Amino acid sequence: MGNNNQTQKEKQYQSLEKKYETKRPVLKNCLKAFLVGGLFCLVGQAITYFYIYFFNFTEQTAGNPTVATMVFISMLLTGFGVYDHIGQFAGAGSAVPVTGFGNAVISAAIEHRTEGFVLGVGGNMFKLAGSVILFGVFSAFIVALIKTLLIQWGVI
Amino acid sequence: MLPMFFWAFVVGGVICVIGQLLFDVAKLTPGHTLSLLVVLGAVLDGFGLYEPLADFAGAGATVPITNFGNTLVHGALQEADQHGLIGVLTGMFEVTSSGISAAIVFAFIGALLFKPKG
Repeated sequence: MGNNNQTQKEKQYQSLEKKYETKRPVLKNCLKAFLVGGLFCLVGQAITYFYIYFFNFTEQTAGNPTVATMVFISMLLTGFGVYDHIGQFAGAGSAVPVTGFGNAVISAAIEHRTEGFVLGVGGNMFKLAGSVILFGVFSAFIVALIKTLLIQWGVI
Repeated sequence: MLPMFFWAFVVGGVICVIGQLLFDVAKLTPGHTLSLLVVLGAVLDGFGLYEPLADFAGAGATVPITNFGNTLVHGALQEADQHGLIGVLTGMFEVTSSGISAAIVFAFIGALLFKPKG
């Protein structure tokens, strides 16, 4: 009997919780992410053309210096505390571009500098971005291994 | 040149929307979302689909984090082409090095220059 009451109360509480839980404005968030993320890529495209026209990179190779430049910009934005505000507004729009990866590394480095440069900065730099590197490298290893084997066996 | 800017904006924006949907609808943490996108990029390049996207959308495909997985596979395959299986390991960071080195170098410079806030 008491048990039954409990579950009823729990149910009531859950419905109450659902009622007052702030709904995530998915559409609005997506629109913001689209605009800001697109803007980052637009800047990236401008940097790509800059490297193609002034440093003799090709369309294929210009991606690398572009990524490095974007990470540099990310350092400045993170250091001056601007990237946090962009992140609050744009959500995934600021996390998904490579600047978000840069921000994760750089903010961890700056945050832990009080613990010293070796144990603090060095030890915590990849605290947040480490998972991206791990799963990127591991999945790339598996994919490349399978593809290489298939090519060697003459399947593809 | 102008259509390239347009498609960079649209494709980059769409990839970010996919990330936002993983945040909001699938309720994943940013760490899980980014890891998933990187794996997605690696798999897409395994099927040879990422390069056409990059040719078409330029920075729209090379700036999002999915490109990290793509370049890892790319470097590994390039090297594997010349040296066989061992190339998968030795070539892994061949193409990606700019992103990682830039992140490490600039993070250290950032830690030297800036003090933590709040």
